[in-house]
Amino acid sequence: MGKATALSQPFLAQLNRGPLAYLALALYATVTTVLLLSNPRTSLGTDVVFILFLMTFLLLYRARVAGVYKLVIGLALLLGVIPYLGTQNAFYVELAIQAAIFVTLALGLNVVVGFAGLLDLGYVAFFAVGAYLWGILSTPQIGQISPGASPLDSSLFYLFLAIGLFVGALFGILLGFPVLRLRGDYLAIVTLGLGEVIRVLAVNLDRPINLTNGSQGIKDVARPPLPEPLRALMGGLGDAQIYQVFIYLLALLVLGLTLVVVFRLKNSRIGRAWEAMREDDVAAVAMGVPIVRMKLLAFAVGASFAGAMGVLFAAKQQFINPPTFDLLRSIGILAMVILGGMGSIPGAIFGGALVTLLDLQILPRIAAELSALKRQGVGIPDWFDPAQYQRALFGLLLIIMMIFRPAGILPDERHRDEMREVEVNPEAETQPVPNLK
Amino acid sequence: MALLQADNITKVFGGLMAVNSVSLVVEKGSIVSVIGPNGAGKTTFFNVLTGIYKPDTGTITFDGNSLVGLRPDQITHLGIARTFQNIRLFNNMTALENVMVGMHTRLHAGLWGAIFQLPSVRREEARARQRARELLAFVGLEQRADELAKNLPYGDQRRLEIARALATQPKLILLDEPTAGMNPQETVEATELIRRLRDELGITVVLIEHDMRVVMTISERVTVLDYGSKIAEGKPEEIRSNPRVIEAYLGRGAVVDLSN
Repeated sequence: MGKATALSQPFLAQLNRGPLAYLALALYATVTTVLLLSNPRTSLGTDVVFILFLMTFLLLYRARVAGVYKLVIGLALLLGVIPYLGTQNAFYVELAIQAAIFVTLALGLNVVVGFAGLLDLGYVAFFAVGAYLWGILSTPQIGQISPGASPLDSSLFYLFLAIGLFVGALFGILLGFPVLRLRGDYLAIVTLGLGEVIRVLAVNLDRPINLTNGSQGIKDVARPPLPEPLRALMGGLGDAQIYQVFIYLLALLVLGLTLVVVFRLKNSRIGRAWEAMREDDVAAVAMGVPIVRMKLLAFAVGASFAGAMGVLFAAKQQFINPPTFDLLRSIGILAMVILGGMGSIPGAIFGGALVTLLDLQILPRIAAELSALKRQGVGIPDWFDPAQYQRALFGLLLIIMMIFRPAGILPDERHRDEMREVEVNPEAETQPVPNLK
Repeated sequence: MALLQADNITKVFGGLMAVNSVSLVVEKGSIVSVIGPNGAGKTTFFNVLTGIYKPDTGTITFDGNSLVGLRPDQITHLGIARTFQNIRLFNNMTALENVMVGMHTRLHAGLWGAIFQLPSVRREEARARQRARELLAFVGLEQRADELAKNLPYGDQRRLEIARALATQPKLILLDEPTAGMNPQETVEATELIRRLRDELGITVVLIEHDMRVVMTISERVTVLDYGSKIAEGKPEEIRSNPRVIEAYLGRGAVVDLSN
């Protein structure tokens, strides 16, 4: 599409297939890993190396090599290198956890927006529901609701990951009902409203019974007990560090399950029905697709992942409060989906990871480096505070990406076609103009 | 035996009587045409039959079931399929996938089956794919299976719509102007295809059509609508000479001219 890709094509094409590709991938993964682990202290250099390291996943996705090979390298990086890095420098694992959480949310929202074509601006509500579910039940907060009740045992966390799925799905259906008859812009506004309702409820439901502890939030949310094998494996490290790795692995597990479910649904009778509904709902219903049920199913499936991730998020943060779940967060997740490419699973993964990294690492790093330059007296005017302009840069990046890749960075084949200029089909050209009365 | 019986169907939009007390009986295994000038209410009548609009009055019985109040997908499940006047394919899906969407109501894979990829689901999916290819072959699109619907030539899109409708395993198929916008050669092919729907697949056909050659060649009964009301019904040759029909199509003067 862009000129840059066209120029790099011959070189990439050579590296992309054949025995050379296997070698190049292994080499790239090894070099970045060694660079990363040789100096894991947080610095500009390490930040750059970390991003180059993460690019391995993109290369794996694009390369034409055997799937098993991709899987082996990918898992080695995800389950070996990143956790090990976490024992050296917790910041990078924190990044990985955040990325896993938001990639999962992007995958979930992608079901609703990308597959089924239902624009949802209140998606973070389901994340909040999962977080508050575990937050309330695993802390003394439960005693505020039914006096005398004691917090649930932290080992019930795993059960609640599953319950989070179902509670998320239930809320997806509940919030889906009022919007069944709406489409497009109207749907977006109503879901926006419903999302805000959930947040406002979280703020205000400290009365008449103290359900959510209002704007003060809930603290000391329980973490699942550390499994002994992991502690043994990582002997010598403090609990805080082991927890970091443990949460990372849990987030990866939820992400992995989400990925399998999303991928299988997309290529099933249900995925086809969603797609048909998105393309033309009148034709879909006339072909026997029960669109009410399919819409509710899309809301439920999308919301379920957010519910489960909410449970994990509460346990990770050990503290939750309403501002975490504001409209900006919903929009952020939507930006991930659109940036990656609506309806595209690789796109949602890429978008989720990219936006998270931009937010937490790349943009703060740029701002910090600029501030450092400013202190050294490089000609940056006094009034310019780089940290304040981070978000502006983010917005600028979004605009540029959308201009050059309107269908997203890793678009779904179909959506890419949709966005392309109407191609002249030589055969179609000779046909009479369709009768559109 | 009547497969479809619609009695006194009325549909009003605001002040416009779009369909006014129209009755239609379709015998099993027949090919029936509904004709009339533009705006006569033919498509609205189809939309009422398929559940897209709810009739204000009237009853519809299909194969022993009352259709009034059912959703379009339920009606499709009972065995009525349709095509659209202005083609409504799923443009960004392949021809094969379009047909497979049509099978939705005949497949059983649910949420859990799809997530766990149960053997039964995988077998069903493979069978559906096979069946979809057969249906594409039936309408002559087997070479086009993997092309996006929107990239197909116009005539092929019409045929794909028929294949998609067939995928719902209908007993009755409603074709809304199946030859609209086609050249003479394509029209002949389309007419042949419609005849095969009945002769080879045993499907009853109701079509809305403007091309009188098509209507007169293949229909056994013709119903004429004008301003929402039924003005004539009968065999094609009776319709051809019916003064009210000629008047509706050509104006009062034409009737006078013809009778002179």
